[in-house]
Amino acid sequence: MNATMTPSSQMTSSLIERNPETPITMVQAINEALFQALESNPNVIVFGEDVGISGGVFRATEGLQAQFGEARVIDMPLTEAGIIGSAYGMAVAGMTPVAEIQFADYIFPAFDQIVSEVAKLRYRSGGDCACPMVIRTPYGGGIRGGTYHSQSPEAYFTQTPGIKVVIPSTPADAKGLLLSALQSPDPVLFMEPKRLYRSPKGLVPVDPTPIPLGPARLVQAGKDLSVFCYGAMVDICQAAATKLQESDGVSIEIIDLRTLSPIDEASILASVRKTGRALMVYEAPKTGGYGSEISAIIAEKAVEYLKAPIKRVAGLDTPYPYSLESVYMPHPVRVMRAMQEVLGF
Amino acid sequence: MTVSASSQTQSTQALIGFDPQGEMPSNEVLLKMYTLMLTLRFWDERSLKLQRSGRISFCVTTKGEEATQVGTVAALRATDWVFPAYRQPGIPLWRGANLESLAHQIFGSAKDVSLGHQMPNHYSFHHLYYASVSSVIGTQIVHASGAALAAQAKGTDDVAVTYFGDGSTSANDFHSALTVAGAKKAPALFFCVNNHYAISLHVSQQTGAKYLADKGVGYGVKALRVDGNDVLAVYQTTLAMAERARRGEGPALLELVTYRLNPHSSSDDDARYRLKGEMDGWIDKDPIPRFEAFLLEKGVLSLPQVDALKIQVEADVLEATKIAQETPLPDWQTLIEGVYAEIPATLQADLDDLLAHEQGLSLPHPGAFPL
Ligand SMILES: Cc1ncc(C[n+]2csc(CCOP(=O)(O)OP(=O)(O)O)c2C)c(N)n1
Repeated sequence: MNATMTPSSQMTSSLIERNPETPITMVQAINEALFQALESNPNVIVFGEDVGISGGVFRATEGLQAQFGEARVIDMPLTEAGIIGSAYGMAVAGMTPVAEIQFADYIFPAFDQIVSEVAKLRYRSGGDCACPMVIRTPYGGGIRGGTYHSQSPEAYFTQTPGIKVVIPSTPADAKGLLLSALQSPDPVLFMEPKRLYRSPKGLVPVDPTPIPLGPARLVQAGKDLSVFCYGAMVDICQAAATKLQESDGVSIEIIDLRTLSPIDEASILASVRKTGRALMVYEAPKTGGYGSEISAIIAEKAVEYLKAPIKRVAGLDTPYPYSLESVYMPHPVRVMRAMQEVLGF
Repeated sequence: MTVSASSQTQSTQALIGFDPQGEMPSNEVLLKMYTLMLTLRFWDERSLKLQRSGRISFCVTTKGEEATQVGTVAALRATDWVFPAYRQPGIPLWRGANLESLAHQIFGSAKDVSLGHQMPNHYSFHHLYYASVSSVIGTQIVHASGAALAAQAKGTDDVAVTYFGDGSTSANDFHSALTVAGAKKAPALFFCVNNHYAISLHVSQQTGAKYLADKGVGYGVKALRVDGNDVLAVYQTTLAMAERARRGEGPALLELVTYRLNPHSSSDDDARYRLKGEMDGWIDKDPIPRFEAFLLEKGVLSLPQVDALKIQVEADVLEATKIAQETPLPDWQTLIEGVYAEIPATLQADLDDLLAHEQGLSLPHPGAFPL
């Protein structure tokens, strides 16, 4: 544990009162993690567009400014480069910045700051300087957002050494992983699947309980096929697997990668060596997408275990559409068909 | 003309109003301006109703900001390139786009010019010199600098214009745009529609500058503040600055001071942040009743004409949206059209694979599982 967090004996939140048996949404879980981080660590500072008085366009920062004040929960002017550039400066000066980029589609004005500066500071200074920070951003489709409110740009960042990329798929993971991201000595891009913000709900510990960055999550164990996914694709894969297990009596393993970078190669290889079949599901455009990297790892290190060709289910190689989103975005029927194809080889 | 002469020496602080001695549109043009402002108001109302009843997914309105669209476009040439944000549907309508084409876009129907690729209100009318709208804040501003350089290179006296909000003056591309246009004396007009809010952020929190127009000064771009709720003030100032740019005297930043009377979009709850009491004063300055009173006083319009126009315009809007509502969604092939000039073979194969297996399946919205 990082020294900036209070010891675990004190890691109870004095201010959050709720029944731990009542499921909460992902956006509530994120809000709670931010609340507890602000409460326990005076260096944490939360900022972005519309995060203060309005509580964020998705309400992830609801109530934080009222509780912690305008100096620590800051409404920033409309400049993503300004937001991330400022985060770099804050981090170097000893703060723990949590910057929100309102939609992942709007991270590109800050691309230079992230890729050239934030991700490279430790390396270019040989470890002399670093800028640990968390960049939170909602990503992905499923809300009828069209070309510029639906993109999944994770692969631009997994191609960028020096910044970790984390994507939760459940309320509990969102809270636990975000708490760990806040303790990370390195910058973390924390991408939140906005389709899952308000449902489904899940049980989440009230006390701050970090979930380590790195290890993938075994969603369900199986013998015949390994499915690798993350974010909003996890419950799509689960729905498809449930149906297929009922109809075809097959046994499907689902792995939620959670931390995309650095990658949990061991879990991927162990699963494929067990099942001998692999399916990658992601909603970004297919070519050069994150699932392509998993495919390459399997091809390099586990090809002798394969009983069938590996397969990708992904978005088309186009920008994100509006009217025909339901065709574009991988859905359970399409995933099920791909599972059958790999299993029936 | 008076506006041009006085505006040369205007400080950025004085709010430019209507000059009774200044250039006036003909009565026919005045009537067209009024009709379009009414159309925009009814278009907003109808869009919001369609959104509330779930027929379209989303909308942004321009209520309160009609004069900033109509006053500017009426003073421009049909061949002056426009690089808009999402709050300028008045520009294509002025230049001859019909309401039905806008309606097809907000429904993302099979007849949408943009093939259902974008969210509502992101129109594209290349033949009307109105370039496709992006959702990304500020990117279009610098495109106007480029089109202005193109006019210089071609030796025409066209100008290029762009519209953007107060928040957009914080975006990188605002600064790139003014840098380029200022350095090259490019014939560009930058219309900053200061509606006082960028979603929840009040303009007073957006910048340390006293006025947004002040931002032009450092780039060597002539800067003016205009009463953006007075359509004739907007018209006169635009005309003066366009003529100045056409003469090769350089770009101008026009801060059109107005007020957003609706929430940011259909997704927004403005009760969370709107300053108490601020709205009241602005309702009194609503550009439509103001212009209407002027036209009645000048005898350009009569009350019975006003009533008849309102009925007509409302009916036109209703009819256009009905047609679009009854039009089916685009064909699946449109998913891969418009990515490149030619469709890559691999992309066609991927779509064919989808089609082969899933055509006939009625896929619900991805929010709901078909299983
Ligand atoms: C680069 C970028 N960042 C954030 C957003 C999200 N967003 C959409 S509109 C908006 C506010 C725009 O304010 P302003 O420029 O004043 O225009 P207005 O909506 O008031 O017309 C924001 C932050 C965006 N579209 N693009």
